[in-house]
Amino acid sequence: MSIRDGTAGAAGLDPGREAREAAIRELLPGSGAPLGETLAAVRELVEDTTFPTVHAWRQEGGKVLGHFQVYFPEELAHAAGMLPVKMRGGTVERREADSHFGSYICSVLRTTLELALTGRLVPDLFVTHPICDAARNLAGIWARNLDVPVEILYFPQNPNSAFSADYLASEYLRVLEDIEDVAGRRVSTDDLRGSIRVFNENRRLLRALYRIKREEPWKLPVDEAYVLMAVGGIIPREQHNALLSELLPRIQERDARRQDRMRVVFEGGFCEQPPLDLLGAIAEFCYVVDDDLMIGLRWILSDVPPHAADPLAALAGAYLEQSSYSPVQHDLRKPKEKMLLERIRGSGAEAAIVAAAKMCEPGLDEQVAYSKALEEEGIPFFLTEFEEQMRNFSHLQIQLETFVENHLLFGETAATGGQR
Amino acid sequence: MTTTTDIVGRGAREGRRLFEGWFDELTRTAQEGRPAAYVFVMGSLCEILRTFDLPAVFPEIHSLQTAVRRVADEFLSQAEDEGFSPDVCGYVKADYALQLRGGEHPMGRIPPPSIALLTNACNTYLKWAEIWERMYGTPVFTLDVPGSRRPVNIAGMGPSPGDSGPGARAADPGGFARDLRYVEGQLREIIDACEEVSGVAFDIDRLREVLRLTNDMAASWRRLLQLNRHRPAAFDAMLEGTIYLGVANVLRGTEEGAAYFRDLVEEMELRTREGLGPLGAKAEEKHRLAFVGVPCYPMFRRFYELFSEWGGVFVGSTYTWFASGGLDEDFEYDLDRPIESLAEGILLTVRRAMDSLMFQDRALIQAVDDFGLDGVVYHPVKSCRTVSTGLAASRRAVLDARDVLCLYIESDMMDKRVVSEAQLKNRIDAFFEGLESRRLRREA
Ligand code: SF4
Ligand code: SF4
Repeated sequence: MSIRDGTAGAAGLDPGREAREAAIRELLPGSGAPLGETLAAVRELVEDTTFPTVHAWRQEGGKVLGHFQVYFPEELAHAAGMLPVKMRGGTVERREADSHFGSYICSVLRTTLELALTGRLVPDLFVTHPICDAARNLAGIWARNLDVPVEILYFPQNPNSAFSADYLASEYLRVLEDIEDVAGRRVSTDDLRGSIRVFNENRRLLRALYRIKREEPWKLPVDEAYVLMAVGGIIPREQHNALLSELLPRIQERDARRQDRMRVVFEGGFCEQPPLDLLGAIAEFCYVVDDDLMIGLRWILSDVPPHAADPLAALAGAYLEQSSYSPVQHDLRKPKEKMLLERIRGSGAEAAIVAAAKMCEPGLDEQVAYSKALEEEGIPFFLTEFEEQMRNFSHLQIQLETFVENHLLFGETAATGGQR
Repeated sequence: MTTTTDIVGRGAREGRRLFEGWFDELTRTAQEGRPAAYVFVMGSLCEILRTFDLPAVFPEIHSLQTAVRRVADEFLSQAEDEGFSPDVCGYVKADYALQLRGGEHPMGRIPPPSIALLTNACNTYLKWAEIWERMYGTPVFTLDVPGSRRPVNIAGMGPSPGDSGPGARAADPGGFARDLRYVEGQLREIIDACEEVSGVAFDIDRLREVLRLTNDMAASWRRLLQLNRHRPAAFDAMLEGTIYLGVANVLRGTEEGAAYFRDLVEEMELRTREGLGPLGAKAEEKHRLAFVGVPCYPMFRRFYELFSEWGGVFVGSTYTWFASGGLDEDFEYDLDRPIESLAEGILLTVRRAMDSLMFQDRALIQAVDDFGLDGVVYHPVKSCRTVSTGLAASRRAVLDARDVLCLYIESDMMDKRVVSEAQLKNRIDAFFEGLESRRLRREA
């Protein structure tokens, strides 16, 4: 390993960090503000396509690593003192990016490029992963059009091979060395261990957030839960941890009444994100008790060993062995339809909303398998397609309402919504 | 004595015969209920399959043949009735319908998969194999081939191997060794799996022999592609190239395949010497073009004619790069260490196939110079994002670098609902008018 023990870690050698965190704190709601106000402020940050937190970080001299969906071991960037930012498009008008793509491409690839071409979100290092046929082209397109170092991280597509863990650890090391170059500093084993601790804490808090959704969903509608999670992708993780630590107990204390709503799982948000208003529309009729929204932030399901002799091997092992599932990872141990059924049962859901982003090959392919499995199990499901740019949900809302009513009154199992 | 008339056109004739023979063999396999392996063109691992006497089924090929034989729409709608979106890969849908029909295909009968071997060269391969897993419980093995990590490194593809080939080894020997270790490890796992499925013990000498035959075929393949630097070109890389590609895939690692390509080189050398280009003796090669993408199979012959009628000849086609699984890579298996060398070959060729999908702009720029191209035709298709996503950006890059005309036309390789001959013709005619007036200006 090239990681040099003994050199000062992120905390020790980073005098600017405090100023950067302070600059971001300015943008976050103050602690003790009323819960509703805080949630609204967080939502605003998540929806703000000028990415003020990222700009604040850079203005104070910080470096940013942008990574495209779905998962990236953000500990690597964090250990080098960089801000890991989840690049997952946004609701922006596409003026420049469209001419770089063909017609049959999902929106998130286009808007991610749009944000960069228009200077709204330009990282110091951009990492992509060949998660799908479309995204694998992203690096080439970026490199031709932007003066940003681009790196492809090849996650093993054969996680069942006995050789994949070693391979992935070596891949992490390779990427880490490039991160070090951009960050202008070396990363020690202890830096990595420290980062793993921060992210373990973050994952623990996100699990707690999801526990509320599961156990007392009336206290936390899906759109609110979403922004609380998603904001982690654009602020330092320590600050996300502080935010969640403060808010989760207050959410639990909320005086919300349980209503007679359908408990559903939302599936299909692993990459392109549905508009918040769509989630809001769902929340009007359903309790979303589990989902795969931004699954990358929750990809690792349990603590990564924080004292491992080789933290990169520990992270690689966790990616393979302690992880969730998504349509863009093929693992013989995790047939997706079985995983979805487990998610439904594990959360006590009675139905599923099976969504896919428009033009998303893996998502659309998976919808077929999901529908068949749900049909076989007699679990009601609502099939729909979405695009991050959608504005009008009234049609969908009516269909969803009908679906819920039909299920409650007549026990019907399947319905199709959206604009298929 | 073999005469010029015997030789010219032999490749096309023989190619069709061999191809039909391959379908017949699959039909017999299905009828006798023998095991068959499903593989893909980008990283078919045929060398391994031959060693175990496992017949190779190429679902991409039987799917595209439904379009060539003009029945794809029936297959597509059957799959769409089962819930598939109109926007996903048409090959997957045609194969799905074929499986529902018990393997019945206009060219024969396709046996079901006893094992599926795939690479990550296209992500949809993985989604596709999951379908067989669900339908039949097919054992699926993915040979994961890490591709190029940084687009900026990928230069000089095409005629002379650059960074994606041995150059990459030189630039980053440690990285290459790491990737190789991973590929070789997986290859050994696949060999074990094939032993289990076929009941045949692995025989390294058999593998050595198969590798020798692939070496032979690959050398001819490279020679073939290079011959088209000649004016007039020897063959049309989009139309004829696709026939040759079919044979290269289905007969890779066989005596018949190696012999076919030796003969084909003989034919093309003759055609080159005698100036017998693909347009025949009467028509003149007016515009030298490169084709980027997948052909329009629902109107394959007509699609070709829309270009040839203007004297346009495809002297090169990226399809012959990636859909041959990178057979154009300048690599020869070392028969003294078959498994290690096969792993190295897979890493280099599959990576090359992926590079020629994602980073082909530099190779095209090089081809403009080496092949004397007048124009580049981009044909992205609705249902293959692997091939199509980066083409608009590639076009911009080529236009920035060289003074050529580029045509960008979208349709599909399976779905005739999005293929409009009239629209294509308008665009293609305008493209040639541009080429002609540029030519006149140059001559003036
Ligand atoms: S939304 Fe789907 S198609 Fe688009 S980048 Fe993500 S996985 Fe790929
Ligand atoms: S997406 Fe393209 S490359 Fe992949 S299987 Fe379909 S046609 Fe082949």
